[in-house]
Amino acid sequence: MAVRPQTDTEGKIVKIINARVLLNHKLTENSYLWFKDSKIIDPQELFFQDHKEPDMVIDAENAIVAPGYLDIQINGAFGIDFADENLPVEDIARNKDVVAKGLLQFGCTSFCPTLVSSAPQVYHKVLPHLRKRLGSVENGAEILGVHIEGPFLNPEKKGAHNEEVLQCAERGMESFDDTYGPALKRDDSIAILTVAPEVKGVLECIPTLAKRGICISMGHSTASVTEAELGVRAGATCITHLFNAMPAFHHRDAGICGLLGSTTLPIPKSQKQHPIPSQSSPSPTNPDPRPFYGLICDGIHVHPNSVRIAYHSHPKGLVLVTDALSSMGLPPGCYHLGDYEVEVNAQNVAYVKGTKTLAGSNITIDRCVQNFRKFTKCSTVEAIEAATLHPAQVLGIEKTKGTLNAGSDADILFLNDDLEIQRVFVRGEEVDLKVN
Amino acid sequence: MRLIIREDYDEVSNYVANYIKERVNQFAPTAERPFVLGLPTGSSPIGTYNKLVDFCKSGELSFEHVITFNMDEYVGLPKNHPQSYHTFMWSNLFAHLNIKPENVHILDGNAPDLDEECKEFEAKIARVGGIELFLGGIGPDGHIAFNEPGSSLTSRTRVKTLAYETIIANARFFDGDIGKVPKLALTVGVATVMDAREVVVTITGAHKAIALAKCIEEGVNHMWTVSAIQMHPKGLIVCDEDSTLELHVKTVKYFKSIEHVHQALIGTENLSLQGGVKQIRPTVFNQRPMNHPYE
Repeated sequence: MAVRPQTDTEGKIVKIINARVLLNHKLTENSYLWFKDSKIIDPQELFFQDHKEPDMVIDAENAIVAPGYLDIQINGAFGIDFADENLPVEDIARNKDVVAKGLLQFGCTSFCPTLVSSAPQVYHKVLPHLRKRLGSVENGAEILGVHIEGPFLNPEKKGAHNEEVLQCAERGMESFDDTYGPALKRDDSIAILTVAPEVKGVLECIPTLAKRGICISMGHSTASVTEAELGVRAGATCITHLFNAMPAFHHRDAGICGLLGSTTLPIPKSQKQHPIPSQSSPSPTNPDPRPFYGLICDGIHVHPNSVRIAYHSHPKGLVLVTDALSSMGLPPGCYHLGDYEVEVNAQNVAYVKGTKTLAGSNITIDRCVQNFRKFTKCSTVEAIEAATLHPAQVLGIEKTKGTLNAGSDADILFLNDDLEIQRVFVRGEEVDLKVN
Repeated sequence: MRLIIREDYDEVSNYVANYIKERVNQFAPTAERPFVLGLPTGSSPIGTYNKLVDFCKSGELSFEHVITFNMDEYVGLPKNHPQSYHTFMWSNLFAHLNIKPENVHILDGNAPDLDEECKEFEAKIARVGGIELFLGGIGPDGHIAFNEPGSSLTSRTRVKTLAYETIIANARFFDGDIGKVPKLALTVGVATVMDAREVVVTITGAHKAIALAKCIEEGVNHMWTVSAIQMHPKGLIVCDEDSTLELHVKTVKYFKSIEHVHQALIGTENLSLQGGVKQIRPTVFNQRPMNHPYE
């Protein structure tokens, strides 16, 4: 991995030259990217209206220039677990800084800290300290909001979650508000909520939750394809780690996986938070009614062949996630995830200690992108978009994240042909990759 | 007038780009004495522009002291519209050069007073000492810039209504819908172009053949405004074989023979960039001379 000294871009108009920029769904050779003050700018206006030239020119030496990666499901890293309730409050704040800064070296410039199913007091304690926060070299990667995974999940598909804290929504919205606390009503905290639509009381609450601006994702569920479709009709727009913590695809009852083959879901009226149409969409010119789906692309959670099948059935809905746990970035050993003890073996696979249940992954988002391209033989553009444009679309923030269009945040990666990270910029500031 | 005939579009583009490079470098522009270049838009100059970008990137040609004036711009189209000439010039040329933004002049089709805009454009040209080399193309109706048939041959920068044939020709850039093509444009006049110290016109394609024939083999006529080049002391037309299809065989052979004579009898060492001849190569008398003028 080539390493560069940190360049001082503050307040300057920066022009990147000799770049293969990912713009409008393609890589253009010998193209340029301009940014200033944390935003990507349109140079034509700068030239003709303002008569300005760049203050600094950065030679990309023919690197692929792509938007920074977004990871919308990550439970922790570097020994830190976001859902650890035993820590004092100051540690929670400092831990999120460690993770946010550490993720930059993997090209992840924005992420959703993910909380596994926990007791209400954990949410009440931790959520106030995990608010949305802009990215910078000092802050680390941008915090897009928390991904709360549970506790309204189906115990049959608990995975590595603690069964004791799983619950039903007996009292509807009250159950949700009581469990998560006031953060559920604020718009500066929660980005995504994973629920199982068949759990009592959940389906009726999905519309209200979606109206609060929260992305509803279905997972850890035994829902049949009919129940899953009801979830989508109620407002769920995403699936949590497809294939994992759900029944295996069965040809007569396809379950949540079957949503990828749905043709009867209502066509959405607006493109917001829906995949753009592809050849396999029910309607080639309207937004795709099928939800987005997260996929852990470490080759262990999902077999490469299954990745390829899912991808080809619904290419524009695939979102690469790491679902990384606290041991990510650390050598093999024992760590904890929520209330569970987890063991990472020599092959870097994490199991719930003493069982064969997978317990989250150790993969980093840049490796996910590399694996994904290898497994599906898709184009470089499609591989990068699965970790940039698509997660941004899930959260409805594609105007500022996930692309290199003028007006977007200047989260920029330089990649070589093997999609290895060469340089990272977060909101226009270059990250010193030597320092972890 | 010089007529240089090359095989195809690429050879024409290379010739013109090389010519401009040599002219600018020979001129050796400075801040006090810049090289003022007139530039066109359309499909004709794209090959030339690509080559100029290559020269600039390789360091063979610097645009630091080059000032440019574009020929025309649509009226009413926003500057950042994908089909505006501002966008064309930015993406095909200026984005890749080391040219200073304040040295680039393109007419503003959204100016509050279009007549003032045109007068000011002429004044700007005068202020920098006039145009050294004006590069242009030709329309199928023989127009230069947007000086449509019927334009005065002594015209200056002004607003013009586009001819039907021009609108049809430009519809390909507006989804093939002639309703979307702007009907008005600001354009330099015929005289504005001919006031330049040198005029270089590129003409490629069989569809331009009639226009080329009308402009160089017939009279100076306001119906074929490029014909005004016949009155210019330093006119250069670079064209491809296809565009000569309507010319007399004699015309084509004559101009080709000029290049042949240059090579055989004069030699590039005695030839100046703009066609001036110092002397002919010394020949030995009993050497067999060229038997045939068009050998």
